[in-house]
Amino acid sequence: MSDVKNVLFVGVGGQGIILASKILSKGLIDAGYDVKMSEVHGMAQRGGSVTTQIRYGKKVYSPIIGIGQADIIVSFEKMEAMRWIEYLKPSGKLVVNDYAIAPAPVLSGKVEYPKGIVEDLKDKVNTISLDAAEEAKQLGNIKTQNIIMLGALIKAMGIDEIDWESVIKEEVKDKFIDINLKAFNIGRKLVQ
Amino acid sequence: MKRLLTGNEAIALGAYEAGVTVASAYPGTPSTEILENIALYKEIYSEWTPNEKVALEVAIGASIAGARSLAAMKHVGVNVAADPLFTFSYTGVNGGCVLISADDPGMHSSQNEQDNRYYAKFAKIPMLEPSDSQEAKDFVKIAYDISEEYDSPVLLRLTTRVCHGKGLVEAGERKEVGIKEYKKDIAKYVATPANAKKRRILIEDRFVKLEELSNNSELNKIEWNDKKIGVITSGVAYQYAKEVFGDNVSYLKLGFTYPIPKAKIKEFAEQIEKIYVIEELEPYLEDEIRSMGIKVVGKDVIPAVGELNPDILAEILLGTKPEKVDISPEKIVGRPPTMCAGCPHRGLFYVLSKKKNVAITGDIGCYTLGSAPPLESMDTTICMGASISAGHGFTKAFEKGGIDKKVFGVIGDSTFFHSGITGLLNVIYNRGNVATIILDNRITGMTGHQDNPGTGYTLSGDVTEHIDIEKICEAIGVKNIAVVNPLDLKETEEAINKAVNTKEPMVIITKMPCVLKKSPTEEIKEYKLNERVKCVVDREKCRKCKMCLKAGCPAISFDANIGSIIDESMCVGCDVCLQICPFKAIVKVGE
Repeated sequence: MSDVKNVLFVGVGGQGIILASKILSKGLIDAGYDVKMSEVHGMAQRGGSVTTQIRYGKKVYSPIIGIGQADIIVSFEKMEAMRWIEYLKPSGKLVVNDYAIAPAPVLSGKVEYPKGIVEDLKDKVNTISLDAAEEAKQLGNIKTQNIIMLGALIKAMGIDEIDWESVIKEEVKDKFIDINLKAFNIGRKLVQ
Repeated sequence: MKRLLTGNEAIALGAYEAGVTVASAYPGTPSTEILENIALYKEIYSEWTPNEKVALEVAIGASIAGARSLAAMKHVGVNVAADPLFTFSYTGVNGGCVLISADDPGMHSSQNEQDNRYYAKFAKIPMLEPSDSQEAKDFVKIAYDISEEYDSPVLLRLTTRVCHGKGLVEAGERKEVGIKEYKKDIAKYVATPANAKKRRILIEDRFVKLEELSNNSELNKIEWNDKKIGVITSGVAYQYAKEVFGDNVSYLKLGFTYPIPKAKIKEFAEQIEKIYVIEELEPYLEDEIRSMGIKVVGKDVIPAVGELNPDILAEILLGTKPEKVDISPEKIVGRPPTMCAGCPHRGLFYVLSKKKNVAITGDIGCYTLGSAPPLESMDTTICMGASISAGHGFTKAFEKGGIDKKVFGVIGDSTFFHSGITGLLNVIYNRGNVATIILDNRITGMTGHQDNPGTGYTLSGDVTEHIDIEKICEAIGVKNIAVVNPLDLKETEEAINKAVNTKEPMVIITKMPCVLKKSPTEEIKEYKLNERVKCVVDREKCRKCKMCLKAGCPAISFDANIGSIIDESMCVGCDVCLQICPFKAIVKVGE
């Protein structure tokens, strides 16, 4: 079991986490790994906090990742990174989108969106932060931030040898292939 | 080739391979995708039914007529379908029939977390419990063989993590079994007392045979390792146990859990020093095993409440806690689900939230979010359909108590078809005066946009008769009916005021498609959905009064220095905030 790697995707409903996690799992399966994946549907999609969990290795049992077990967390929104950070191994990596989506209590002016989240996370763990939303806007489509995050994740995981570009070509609609390949490479380059 | 499938997709594949020809369901998380995926196979006739009772009855009829049939539902749906289930156990099948119950431990999207394994024992029908996607597919096929050989419906019990977890699945070929010959058999299929008494005895014989099958089934398998500790487990809990104990303990992994394999459990227990029973929710297996006089560790230490996971097991059974990174709680704000920007329910609930001296009985759907701040316009939510009938109960109790309080029952279109109609019938029949509001958003929203009798389309996307809610209400005998656009606050408030001021029963139908629905062209035209213009705040007019925030729209935020801000990318131009603003500071883009 020690060979099993755990990847946790977190963010907010509607950010394209499902597609990004689908591409990752497809690539891992093609590379010959046993893969299990877990997501929760229903209430979670109405603007709530969303997670997708991917576990891969020679043989995987549990479909869910425990506290302190994730090798890497990729967070599409910064406060969500803080919400889920206890699932990360203390030696694990965090890839965080330095992007805020205000939850209902903030929108209604009851509380403020917390400040200094990314700095705090950097003090705690090995953190790679990027502004995927801004990069995606410059690319011309805010929706590609999920693939930018995926590119960054794959680079950070060091699983660059898999042919990700052909997986992306299979999983996205024809007219979005070009922009998503560009997004993927932007994400990759943002991680040193 | 192996494919990564959710448990629900695997169930659909299993049904296809097993030669199923008729399948029915009412949508409900976590079961919904089973029928959505079955509908992709042309070899299987599939349909959404108005409720789970109808779904099971369709499957029963198809089974007796000779088809391999399937009905799928969430755990609470089986409560609705329980009536036919218990007698179907007596009549038995012709073509095999499998009932799928998708339970929701942890209540990710449910009003309770009942453990439906007890239904198998209660109805005396065999039960299988897969622990991952591959087993989900394999067990469906095995279930049909058991169903036909032992003349019984089979309960296939899933949980959220099995339904929505993905695992690699080896696909096989479809086995065409056709439609079995139908022979009229009154003694078997007509459950009069005289016939049922004879069938009742057969059920006990069937139990004995099924127990023998369970004892010999490869679905109940022993994995021998060290014998100091032995784990007896079923469902996804097996995966968690393997994760925690690996190959350090022995396992009795149960996939066939009613009748439980007593002989195999005895064989296992005799060689083990200490037994852990690891199961999610209730001590279903544990109680049975204890009743055999076997000492076990179970719910005395493992929680019965909520989902299990490897962390819980490791902490309780091994005393180990993982090293973790501490969160900074001051940097986290809750992110509760909200009604979407442009949700048609918002207008109605905004108007209702202004009404004092009312009680609002709610129902199951997205609109249950009307109970959340800032709207908080709901007093009860119990089950599908209870808004109208429980609202009627409120009015009768208030009458007896001399309390003058108007009661509104709030129910969605799909929920009205599901089990609201009978409640409304009762209101009229018994001279009640609850005001029923039917939120007709032209789709079954919460579960992810399934068609229903009101949409004009079937599960397979074919055009069908569109059932008119207004005409149903008229036919039931409702005399006061108002159809309003819930995004028009004035029109909506007038209808609500009329209801408050009448002693007669009234129905208000709020008609506007769900903002996330991919509406067909005629619907886009009918509701002028393509003519909507986004809203924007006129900075000079905004007086920072925060009134617009009372709508609870996720597209509107507030900054103490700037005032209200509308996120242009989220706004759909529903105009609810524009109508609320007392200073006309919210205008249409470009005006």
